[in-house]
Amino acid sequence: MGMTMIEKILARNAGLDEVSVGQTVVCDVDMTVMIDLQFATGWVQPLKINDPAKVAVIMDHAVPAPSVSDAAGGTRARTFARDFAIEKFYDVGQHGICHQVIAENGLARPGEVLACTDSHTCAGGAYNTAARGLGPAEVYSILCTGKTWFQVAPTIRYEFTGTKPAGVSGKDIFLYIAGTYGDATNHNLEFGGPGLASIPMNDRRTIATQGAEISADYSTFPIDDLARDFLTARGAHPGSYRAADPDPDAHYAAVRTVDLDALVPHVARPGTVSRNSFPITAIEQRPVNQCFIGSCANGQLEDLAIAAAIVRGRKVAPGVRLLVTPASQAVYREAMRAGYLQDLTDAGAVVTNSTCGACFGYHMGLLGPGEVCLTSSTRNFTGRMGSPDAEIYMASPATVAASALTGHVTDPRTLDPQQELN
Amino acid sequence: MDTIVTERVWVVGDSVTTDAMYPAFAMKLPVPQAARHIFYELRPGWTDDVRPGDIVVAGRNFGLGSSRPVAALFRELGVAALVAEEFNSLFLRNAINHGLPALTVPGVTAAFADGDTMRLDFAEGWIENTASGARLEGGALPPLVLEILAAGGILPKLAREGYVPMPTKA
Repeated sequence: MGMTMIEKILARNAGLDEVSVGQTVVCDVDMTVMIDLQFATGWVQPLKINDPAKVAVIMDHAVPAPSVSDAAGGTRARTFARDFAIEKFYDVGQHGICHQVIAENGLARPGEVLACTDSHTCAGGAYNTAARGLGPAEVYSILCTGKTWFQVAPTIRYEFTGTKPAGVSGKDIFLYIAGTYGDATNHNLEFGGPGLASIPMNDRRTIATQGAEISADYSTFPIDDLARDFLTARGAHPGSYRAADPDPDAHYAAVRTVDLDALVPHVARPGTVSRNSFPITAIEQRPVNQCFIGSCANGQLEDLAIAAAIVRGRKVAPGVRLLVTPASQAVYREAMRAGYLQDLTDAGAVVTNSTCGACFGYHMGLLGPGEVCLTSSTRNFTGRMGSPDAEIYMASPATVAASALTGHVTDPRTLDPQQELN
Repeated sequence: MDTIVTERVWVVGDSVTTDAMYPAFAMKLPVPQAARHIFYELRPGWTDDVRPGDIVVAGRNFGLGSSRPVAALFRELGVAALVAEEFNSLFLRNAINHGLPALTVPGVTAAFADGDTMRLDFAEGWIENTASGARLEGGALPPLVLEILAAGGILPKLAREGYVPMPTKA
């Protein structure tokens, strides 16, 4: 029987001709990525590891260290990287949110399996990688043994038709899917179709990343010309990998068509994205206290470019804080070179160093009781970004930037008819 | 390995997230203190009432969210098992890897209320309400998963296999 993308990758890495839904398989893991938090609590340095060449260590969640405990974790990470000669060590200064660093360095490769200690690891699915987040204990185990087990889940396929409209981004596509179809717990997501060519790589990564918010196991895209060029520019050359295309007779739990032509900006109301995301025209014009652009989902260079274009020459509304966190040091430097950071800070935004900080309410930019936040980050759960008595709405970087200027949730398409959005 | 547990249950709802169980501020604390904040907003004071051996019952999509090891906090409080209508797969794996049995049993939230006593066998995959006699079947856990549970979690297993210098607490 035909296989989906994920079934093909898991079968290969398990050394099997085929796998089917429900089967438990033991797979070789091609790349194991550890994050700083892993070293902060309960770390014991192993006696031996499987293969240092298949390991990366990325400092991202708590950098620069906001606490002594995080600083001590950093020391342990450096000791580990030195003792085991880990070449792919992205220390403070070369750091970034792990999924951005993974993308920049071509660590998520088509047709391969990647494991990382962060739930948004499904981001790597944008590059046709069977990438998923696992707990620190399991990632530690893979570090040691090079293997882990997976249970093959059923796959839901999304077929894109039409062309992504200007002013609509990957975030809007994801929120439309989450709002319309709800959770995909214990399912994989697979994307494709003729409309995919109009969705740029940054938007694909936003969509893949946020598979975690609808509880999916994996969320994968095929390798097309756009993806091939993206990977080649980052050192993953065609011929060095084997992309996994689904078989024509692959079996899906559901196949759903998304008409890109019909999409408009979307906003999620507080609590969850699942069946709680709506067209922006249906959303209340809530006044906002904090607007956040950042995270593995939407701190990419293109996101900062869109935000900078919207705020250029304008001012953030009085009483509103606009926080911008580039997804990596590399994004930070590029955005600085391109003038985006100048535009953003001239408008009154605060640009932070690259970190997961505000997205998970750990450091830099927490919300107080009674505050309303509009975020382009990953999660709008109660208490996620600070006080459980704060409300978190979620939208695209364009919507967040436009709303920061007006002080309430604002459709970026209404801001200025002359303004051309990407 | 003894796979049968008979204990008091606590029932929570659908889509309880990892942020509701292991909030960011608790991630700055050592595990024993962090464990005091499970359900801090959902059920304030619960960590004072829970006793070692208790079982946590949840609805659909239990544990949506982060990779942060909530299971370590449940273990710290002595929780003996998790039973849910449906688990987020990352959360389920975290439980198993920390040696905490986690069983998917459709219908469990309708069959149990706070304070009921549950008898469960996580190897055979069934649960029973000792008062009402209601018995529900879940999926049996794969042998590979039972092996990890028998070892007390994945770190003790790794220690036994010589990857870690000494037995570590899961």
